[in-house]
Amino acid sequence: MTSPSEPTVGDVEGANGGIQPGRYYGRGIPYLPIDGYPGKLIAIEGTDGVGRSTQIQLLREWLEVKGYGVVETGWTRSPLMQPTIEVAKSSNTLNKLTFVLLYATDFADRLEKEIIPALKAGFVVLSDRYIFTALARAGARGVDRAWLRSVYSFAIAPHLVFYLNVDVKTLIRRVLEARGMDFWESGMDLKTGDDIYESFRTYQSKLLKEYASMADEFHFRKLDARRPIDRIQDELRRQVEAFLEPAEKPAEPALVSRT
Amino acid sequence: MLNNLTKPHEYPGKLFVVEGIDGSGKTTQLGLLAKWLSAAGQRVFVTEWNSSALVKAATKTGKKKNALTPMTFSLLHATDFADRLLYKIIPPLKAGMIVLADRYTYTAFARDATRGVDRQWVRELYSFAVQPDMTLYFRVPIEVSLDRLMARRVKLKFYEAGMDLGWSGNPVESFRLFQGKVLDEYDRIVDEFGLEVVNAVGSITEQQRLVRSLISRLVHTTEVEIPDDEPL
Repeated sequence: MTSPSEPTVGDVEGANGGIQPGRYYGRGIPYLPIDGYPGKLIAIEGTDGVGRSTQIQLLREWLEVKGYGVVETGWTRSPLMQPTIEVAKSSNTLNKLTFVLLYATDFADRLEKEIIPALKAGFVVLSDRYIFTALARAGARGVDRAWLRSVYSFAIAPHLVFYLNVDVKTLIRRVLEARGMDFWESGMDLKTGDDIYESFRTYQSKLLKEYASMADEFHFRKLDARRPIDRIQDELRRQVEAFLEPAEKPAEPALVSRT
Repeated sequence: MLNNLTKPHEYPGKLFVVEGIDGSGKTTQLGLLAKWLSAAGQRVFVTEWNSSALVKAATKTGKKKNALTPMTFSLLHATDFADRLLYKIIPPLKAGMIVLADRYTYTAFARDATRGVDRQWVRELYSFAVQPDMTLYFRVPIEVSLDRLMARRVKLKFYEAGMDLGWSGNPVESFRLFQGKVLDEYDRIVDEFGLEVVNAVGSITEQQRLVRSLISRLVHTTEVEIPDDEPL
């Protein structure tokens, strides 16, 4: 195998000038050229319990009122892989590599069948989590980073990546409040111990560290997820608006503005 | 980057691979090789491409709905391979056994590139794989392989014939077009990864004699000599 001559996802060496929003990170999918597609891809990232879906819902409403067509996509929602991933999770047969590859397959399916067609048709695609979730989870499990970035080099670099940042203490309380801890979110597969609370804390801390380490590499726009929902939403809208408005005029002036 | 596939492994066992298109006769040759090695007192484990339980369900769903794209086809097979590598291939290698693989990463390199997936990307995708001690490539012209498949009245498989690419609605014609390009990819791979080429047009016995002499360089088979004319 020869060494890659083109940048893979991000750039582990540090010079990340190669990332161009709306283009493939690396070699991409040769049979699907995406240059010039009018849509915009916006990713909302963050660990469990930071309020991603709430923010996306509000953002979607606002965008639609402004006249933008919006498509939502998530992580592990493709009809192709959902049953397989569920089976693998429930039987705990996933190992580090198959874990990465199953999610990559799922993502490829969604990219080709949902995201790319939507971008082609000029939609604003709101992605609840993106490849950074996979990179963080696999990174926390010790999978080779350069390999991970190469695997995901077929992904499209989002136009905007918002990262809802939180500290582990707040995170634990929110997850417990909402639904309790589960096996995978607690990283129990890493077998750091039988204490699910300790395992959760250790694993989620690792995840936060992984996200933090990607912030510069992938141009994250960090938002403090501990602030009130509407404050975060205001900030999101301000940044999304600043990005969209110069690029594209809304369908018509907003008749109602939510304050 | 992982570079396992391009550096020799350190397990006490041996990994031998047969590669080639459908109808190249590689599975027959692998069976005979396994017999010979077992008779020589070697512990042998045979593994096939695409045989792990984990992703069988997904592959099936995908095929049924004809929903696999070249990328998902590629990634699914890589998932399957990763599962098999870790559970079926590496343990016997650690135990000092001989693992015979019917198809390996090179099958993915050849097929996926033919389907339009980036060549370098597929190679990096599989960079976690263990480098085989030897890979035998059974090179056969497309017409010979088609004749063999037709003689066995084999129904050409959808993906094997490259029907997903829509190059031809006729399975035989599609197979000819698709596997013709796969053969070109194999030719690149032979040079890139140093595969041993076996002319798969010759008689089964002739081919097996060559196979055994190649393998015997790497395995001590003191108990059974290579016969000149072993009845097959």
